[in-house]
Amino acid sequence: MSLPRLWAVARKEIVQLRRDARSLYLAFILPLILLVLFAYAITYDIRNIEMAVLDHSLTSESRSLVDAFESSGYFTVVTHLTRYDEADAVLGGGHARLVLVIGPSFALDLAARRRTPVQLLLDGADANSATIAQNYAEAIVAGYSADILLEGRQLQIPAAAESRVWFNETLESRNMIVPGLVAVIMSIIAAMLTALTIAREWERGTMEQLAATPVHRLEVVLGKLVPYAGIGLFDVALAATVAVVLFGVPLRGNLLLLVLLTLLFLIGALGLGIFISAAVKSQLLATQVALMSTFLPALLLSGFIFSIATMPFVLRAISYIVPARYYVTVTRGIFLKGVGVDVLWADATAMVIFAAAGLSLAMGVFKKEIA
Amino acid sequence: MNEAVRVRELTRHFGQFVAVDQVSFDVAPGEIFGFLGPNGAGKTTTIKMLTGLLSPTSGTALVAGYDVTQHPDEVKLNLGYMSQLFSLYPDLTVEENIQLFAGLYGVTGGRFAERRDWVLGMAGLTEHRRRSTGELSLGWKQRLALGCAVLHEPPLLFLDEPTSGVDPVSRRSFWDLIYQFAEAGTTVFVSTHYMEEAEYCYRLALMNRGRLIALDRPAALKETLRQPLLELRTDDPPKALEALRGAPGVVEAAMFGRALHVLVQDEHRALRELPQALAARGRSCEALQAVAPSLEDVFVALVRREGGTLDR
Repeated sequence: MSLPRLWAVARKEIVQLRRDARSLYLAFILPLILLVLFAYAITYDIRNIEMAVLDHSLTSESRSLVDAFESSGYFTVVTHLTRYDEADAVLGGGHARLVLVIGPSFALDLAARRRTPVQLLLDGADANSATIAQNYAEAIVAGYSADILLEGRQLQIPAAAESRVWFNETLESRNMIVPGLVAVIMSIIAAMLTALTIAREWERGTMEQLAATPVHRLEVVLGKLVPYAGIGLFDVALAATVAVVLFGVPLRGNLLLLVLLTLLFLIGALGLGIFISAAVKSQLLATQVALMSTFLPALLLSGFIFSIATMPFVLRAISYIVPARYYVTVTRGIFLKGVGVDVLWADATAMVIFAAAGLSLAMGVFKKEIA
Repeated sequence: MNEAVRVRELTRHFGQFVAVDQVSFDVAPGEIFGFLGPNGAGKTTTIKMLTGLLSPTSGTALVAGYDVTQHPDEVKLNLGYMSQLFSLYPDLTVEENIQLFAGLYGVTGGRFAERRDWVLGMAGLTEHRRRSTGELSLGWKQRLALGCAVLHEPPLLFLDEPTSGVDPVSRRSFWDLIYQFAEAGTTVFVSTHYMEEAEYCYRLALMNRGRLIALDRPAALKETLRQPLLELRTDDPPKALEALRGAPGVVEAAMFGRALHVLVQDEHRALRELPQALAARGRSCEALQAVAPSLEDVFVALVRREGGTLDR
C-alpha cells in the first residue's frame, strides 16, 4: 500500500469528475432534487380535505360545528347539500371526500343534554386517506363536544386516555420521512457514482494501462472511493441542512456520530458500486444494475415507507441484508431521538460489516486483473 | 541477469482454445526483439503474460530476472508497457496523464519535473501540455503513451502493435524513437503485423496460431527460403493465382501487393515454362522475374510448411 499511488489515483478521479457533467449532476444536483421532490410528494399529512355539509338543523349550534371543521385547517367545505341522496353524487363524483350529516334535532338534543350523534360519510376508495380524514373528523367532533360539556359546567368528563407522542410531537410525517429519505437517496447516489467509474475504465481500455503499472488493487479501490466518500459526506451535510432549515426537522443527536456512521455506510455503498461496475464492465449496464439493486430495496425494505416489523417473515429476513435498513434507523435515531451509540450499536455493527463487505467485494472483483 | 526476457514452454488456454502454445525464447538486453504474426497469432496474449496482465496456464517467464507470476511488482517496476489501443485518459490533459503515471510509478519530487519535461520534449508536446489528450492526433497520442510508459526509465519496454493505425510518416518517426531507446540500452520488445517494420528489428520471432514457428535475424530468416522466388505481374492476380496452383514446378504461390510471388523448384525452367502454362489456362503474363525474398515471403512459406493456412 503506497499513499503516493493512492493519491495519484484519487487526484485523477477528482480531475475527471470535475470535467464530467453527468457525474457532477449525479453527485450534487440529483440528491437535492430527490430530497425536495420526495419530501413534498411523500407525506401522510392531509390538509384541505374537501367536505360537504348536509345540515338539517340549521341552528347556531350546527353552524359552530361546521366552523370547527373549517377552522381546523384539515377540511374545506366545498358545498352545502339539502337532500340526503345528494351525498351519493358528491362522494361518487369525487367532489368531496367526506360528508357531514347533522340531524334536525341536533340543537334540541344538545340543549337537553342527550347523546347527539352526527353522521360522517367517507369515500373509502382511498382507504388510507379516508382513515386519516375520519380520525381528524372524530377528533374535531370530540373537541366540540368537550367544549359544549365545559360550557355547560358539567364536569363529568369521562376518563379518557391521553396519549402523548414522543420524538415527533406534532406527528409531522415529514419529520419521519426526511431523515429516512437522506438514507434512501444516499444508497442510490453512492452506488450510481462509483458504478460509472470502473466501467468507464474498462470501456476506454485505461484499466489495462493501470494494471500494467505497479498499482495495487487496494490503491485503485481506495483511490476511487476517497473522492466519492467526500462527495457523499458533503451530500449528507447538504441534505441535513435542507432538512433542518427548509423542512424544520429537528437534529437532536450527535453530529459526529452521524458523520462517522454515514462514512461507514458510504464505504459499503461505494464499494458495492465499484463491485457492480467491475463485474459488468459496461457503464450503461452498471448504472441500471446499481439503480435496481439499491433503489427498490432501499425504498421498500429499509423501513422507510413500510414498517419492517409488520412485514412477512421472508421480506423481514431479506431486509437484514439491505444496508439502507440500518442507515434509516441511524438517521431517524440521530435526527429525531437524539440517541447515541448505546442505542445504535447493533446498527453500527451491521454497518461496519457492510463496509467491510463492500470493500472486499470491490477488491475481489479485480483479483484477476490487478495484483 | 543474463537475459532481459526468458520464456520457457509458456502456454495460455482460454477454455478449449490454445492462444499460446508452449512458446520458448530468450531476449538479450539492449535488443529490439520483434514479434511478428497475423492477428490472433498469440502475440498480444504473450505480451500480456510477460507484463503481468494475464497469468500463464503453464510454463515460466522471467522478465528482468523476475518470475512474472511470483514477483509481479518487481516485473512491473522494470518494464514500460504500451498497449495496442490508445489507453491514456482522454479527459485528462497531456500533463495530467504524465502526472498520473509518474505517481503510479513512484516518480516524484525533482525527478518528476525532469522526467515530465523530458517526455514532453520527446513527444513534441511541450506546446500542447495543457491540451486535452483526447483532442490530439493519433501519432501524438502514441508518442505520449510511449512517454508515459518510460517515465520511470525501465530497462525493458513492451510495445504491442504500437503503430497500428498511424500514418507512415508518424510510424517512421516512432521507430526513430524506438532506436533511440535501444541505443540508450533499453531492451525493446515490439509486436507488429507490418512486415516492413519487422525488418527494423534485430531479431524476429514469427508466431502463427499460438506457436513460435521461427526465430532469427531478419536476414537469416530470408536465407531459410532456399527455393527461388519469382514475381509475376498479371491483369487478374486472383484468377492467375488459381491457375498457378498445381502448375508444374510451382511450390507455392501467394498474393503480394498487386503482384503474385511464386516459389518454384527451378528458376530457369519456371521462367521458360510458366508463361506458357498461364497462357494454356487463359491467363496473361505481363512480367515475370526473379526477386529477393522479403520477410512476408518467408512468413508465408513457413506457415505453409507447418501445414497451416494463412487466415488473414
